[in-house]
Amino acid sequence: MPDNQTHSPDLTAGIDETEHPTKVIARDVCVSYDGKQALNSVSIDVPDRSVTAFIGPSGCGKSTFLRCLNRMNDTIEGARVTGSLKIDGTEVNDRSIDPVVLRASVGMVFQKPNPFPKSIYDNVAYGPRIHGLALSRSELDAIVEKSLRKAGLWEEVADRLSDPGTSLSGGQQQRLVIARAIAINPEVILMDEPCSALDPIATAKIEELIDELRENYCIIIVTHSMQQAARVSQKTAFFHMGTLVEFGATEEIFTNPRDPRTQDYITGRFG
Amino acid sequence: MTDTSDSTSIRDAVTRHLPRRYRAELRFRAAGLAAVASAVGILLVLLASILSQGLPAFTVNQLVLTVELDRDIVDPNGDGSEASLRRGAYSRVLQDAIRAEFPDVTSRRDLRNLFSLYTPLNATRLMDAVLEDPALVGETRTFRMPIADDLDLYLKGRLVEDRTPDTDGRLTVDADGSGLAIRSSEPDFAGLVEQATGMLQAEVAALEARAAQARDRAAALEGEEAEDARYEAERYDGEAADLRDQMAAAGGRIELGDELPSVLVELEGATVRLTALDSDGMTARGEAMLGEPAGMQAGAGAWTLYVIETPESRRRVDDQTIVWTRALDDRGRISTDFNTYLFTNADSREPELAGVKGALFGSILTMLITIFLSVPVGVFTAVYLEEYAPKNRLTDLIEVNINNLAAVPSIVFGLLGLAVFINAFGLPRSAPLVGGLVLSLMTLPTVIIASRAALKAVPQSIRQAALAVGASKTQSVFHHVLPLAAPGILTGSIIGLAQALGETAPLLMIGMVAFIADAPTLGLEGLTQPATVMPVQVFLWSDGAERAFEARTAAAILVLLALMIGFNALAIYLRRRFERRW
Repeated sequence: MPDNQTHSPDLTAGIDETEHPTKVIARDVCVSYDGKQALNSVSIDVPDRSVTAFIGPSGCGKSTFLRCLNRMNDTIEGARVTGSLKIDGTEVNDRSIDPVVLRASVGMVFQKPNPFPKSIYDNVAYGPRIHGLALSRSELDAIVEKSLRKAGLWEEVADRLSDPGTSLSGGQQQRLVIARAIAINPEVILMDEPCSALDPIATAKIEELIDELRENYCIIIVTHSMQQAARVSQKTAFFHMGTLVEFGATEEIFTNPRDPRTQDYITGRFG
Repeated sequence: MTDTSDSTSIRDAVTRHLPRRYRAELRFRAAGLAAVASAVGILLVLLASILSQGLPAFTVNQLVLTVELDRDIVDPNGDGSEASLRRGAYSRVLQDAIRAEFPDVTSRRDLRNLFSLYTPLNATRLMDAVLEDPALVGETRTFRMPIADDLDLYLKGRLVEDRTPDTDGRLTVDADGSGLAIRSSEPDFAGLVEQATGMLQAEVAALEARAAQARDRAAALEGEEAEDARYEAERYDGEAADLRDQMAAAGGRIELGDELPSVLVELEGATVRLTALDSDGMTARGEAMLGEPAGMQAGAGAWTLYVIETPESRRRVDDQTIVWTRALDDRGRISTDFNTYLFTNADSREPELAGVKGALFGSILTMLITIFLSVPVGVFTAVYLEEYAPKNRLTDLIEVNINNLAAVPSIVFGLLGLAVFINAFGLPRSAPLVGGLVLSLMTLPTVIIASRAALKAVPQSIRQAALAVGASKTQSVFHHVLPLAAPGILTGSIIGLAQALGETAPLLMIGMVAFIADAPTLGLEGLTQPATVMPVQVFLWSDGAERAFEARTAAAILVLLALMIGFNALAIYLRRRFERRW
């Protein structure tokens, strides 16, 4: 991203988002699994270069919506997705779009760290290798180092790149997985409860990382922790029973929610 | 109830039940330990019995003879050509060699016996040696050949019961009419006299008992049957009386017939067999078995008494042959060697020349076909069914059928092989190719089921991780899922293959359960040559008429076990190698 220097440094304020163009536009997205409606007519505009948090009780459809964005729902038998979903104006939900191409530009981090049972180096290099992003070994080395640096893991693993990825601690594994995702230089990074399996210290590190990454990427994070949503996101969407209830600036959602259901959820009356 | 009393009563209840729970645990652990101990015990007994039976087959007693490869005999045309060398009278060379050891033997009957010290098949071995190195013609060489199987057993102490009683006296042997008079200065034969008398008296008692039995039967029966029984009783009585009369008439002298133990006296270079023992235990009559004992004398300790407890009429080898064998052993003409024939020869009717090479090669060729067919086909079937196939009725049907195939009796696959591979495709009978095909069919369901289980066990998160970085379905399967499932797939496949390695029944139908005297060549052309496999060899030998096959059966089982252990060790090694944590 060569033009990230042009952005004003007051991004951390997290209120004034108007200058970021919209990255993802969803209109009337519905998902059903074997005829059972899981997501009902969701329309949302997600801005680029910022963190958008999806919150809501379990089974509310936030993860389902996240999986629409890189067509991971395709891998689930009986899943049906309708509606319009555009990333940078390109229709995602189109048959002509190859999910392999799509997933190269939409990375994903899962709830449980899932590094490949290979070396740290191979974990990060896997994406660039299969997409043919590096022409030589030195280029690949450079990509691996850059990705690990961005994920804040380089200092910790630089001298043991050939150790298995699974030998790292949970927090390190999750950062390795993030490095793996950014190694192919995606535009959007989806994070499905990335800290729910981690201790508070590792969580803090990941949150710090997310905050740094948003300078370059459009990040969408699903979380169960409202504190986390408040800490890392600029925009927050509240899902409930398969519908998008409320979407707005994070500060506003947490201080002055318009919908009574949002109010109830963030004050802990249900969920 | 208050909270405190509640928690006390709960604690009481828990404490009350505690001893019972611990007892149950103890019982379970004891039962488990007993199960393991008995399993190990049974296994050890099995292994010990196979080892004790099979180990003697790994050594062989060989005759080491000096053979003169006379040019006139082995090269009748005199041109040294292969055709001429093939016409050579090699059996005569061997006969001359053994006759040189015992020049006294002249009668046809004795010569025939002498030549049965080895199997005539050795002449072919000698011919092969000459054909390989024609320079041997005209030379005098030592030639090693396995001694006849029964004598091999005799030398290993497994054919007869024998002993060498102590002797104290001076022995003199004198010519006496047609026989020999033997005299010891001490009653060295007294023990034998006692033993022989006891045996004869026991024989008399047995005959009398049988007569009494027949008389009882006669009393209970009527008419013709009673007449028969009475006649039988008289016959037994007569035999008993004859025996008693004989013992009385001989004046205490006991004739050593072939129903009594054989007693041999061995002096310097000569052997006498005792034909009668005098009651004084010091004198006896005998006949020369080896050398010229008449007129010989031997001081105390310079002669030995050798008793073969098993009577001559009840064993396969007569005294004369045993005397020759002992003489050859004494002269250092017999050496005990490692039994290389067991590994360098294929099956043979003669146990001393029979080996497992044919079966081993057959097993290797058959297993190669099985491995190269069942593993790739099975693994890729499993990958398709598990990763790609849509979940519908057809897939379910295929799955159910695969599971059913795993339960089909193996002989049915043999029938299928006969009908399809031999009758329809016209492939040769008894060939490792067909055996491998049939065993592949049998192994496929096992490989598929094991591979599917291994693929199922790969966590979904790995597939998702691969897909999320943009790997295609096939890339995610081949880069991540398959390598992770490899240990399980290998273990399952090797269990299936090990089962195929030990299978006999399906091979029955396609002609691999047969006597095949030539080993197939290890190569492509060997695939269509007649062959058999290790378990079939065990089965065939276990049925062999010769006693020496008994030890060879156990030896073949040991070789098969070694093969299996090797196979499983390979499985463990490969699993360790590929095993990764996730």
